[in-house]
Amino acid sequence: MEKPIIEIVDIIDTSQVYGELAHAGSGGICVFVGSVREFTNNEEVVSLEFETYAKMAIKEMEKIAIEASNKWVLNKIVVRHAVGVKNVQEPVVVVGASSAHRNDCFEACRFLIDTLKERVPIWKKEIFKNKSVWVSAHP
Amino acid sequence: MEVLLFGIAKDIVGSTQMDLSEWKHPPSSVGELKDFLCSSFPEFGKLSSLAVAVNSEYAQDAVILEAGDEIAIIPPVSGG
Repeated sequence: MEKPIIEIVDIIDTSQVYGELAHAGSGGICVFVGSVREFTNNEEVVSLEFETYAKMAIKEMEKIAIEASNKWVLNKIVVRHAVGVKNVQEPVVVVGASSAHRNDCFEACRFLIDTLKERVPIWKKEIFKNKSVWVSAHP
Repeated sequence: MEVLLFGIAKDIVGSTQMDLSEWKHPPSSVGELKDFLCSSFPEFGKLSSLAVAVNSEYAQDAVILEAGDEIAIIPPVSGG
């Protein structure tokens, strides 16, 4: 597998990812894009604010990419997360993989986003009109 | 010994970092650090989880804190 592309960025350009994952040996590319949703529990979200412990986040994202490449036969992997203030509909995370056959990249793509959400030190604050909340902080 | 604070941990302490060497009895392990945090700032005890990273790796409670370690408090993560 080629070296995974692992990044924390200010702005995500979703048009980049196809070129990054395209590969002569790949018959399939699977990409997940996470974006800012307008409502949380019927409350209107103004924006999301992401912060990270970048050094550790990059390390954890690299570990997740390596785990994925050990579980499935993959040619390329992208794991990219944005930080800063993001407005409704803006992309905040892009993960993807390419592989010879579609099953590997489909399963790897889900693993990449699910594991990122469990483990990578990135924090999201939901900004509502009258309050702000760190997501998942409390049970 | 500096401790980095992120997310809600930063809001609870009111700072982006704190210096453990200023404490009378600095914690010697990850577990002791968590106990110190929860007793000094009871809000930490109310979180869904509380992890500590030493040198940018998740560290179990038994890990000993050495001078020069980069220590970070990792409240519940919520990327994606």
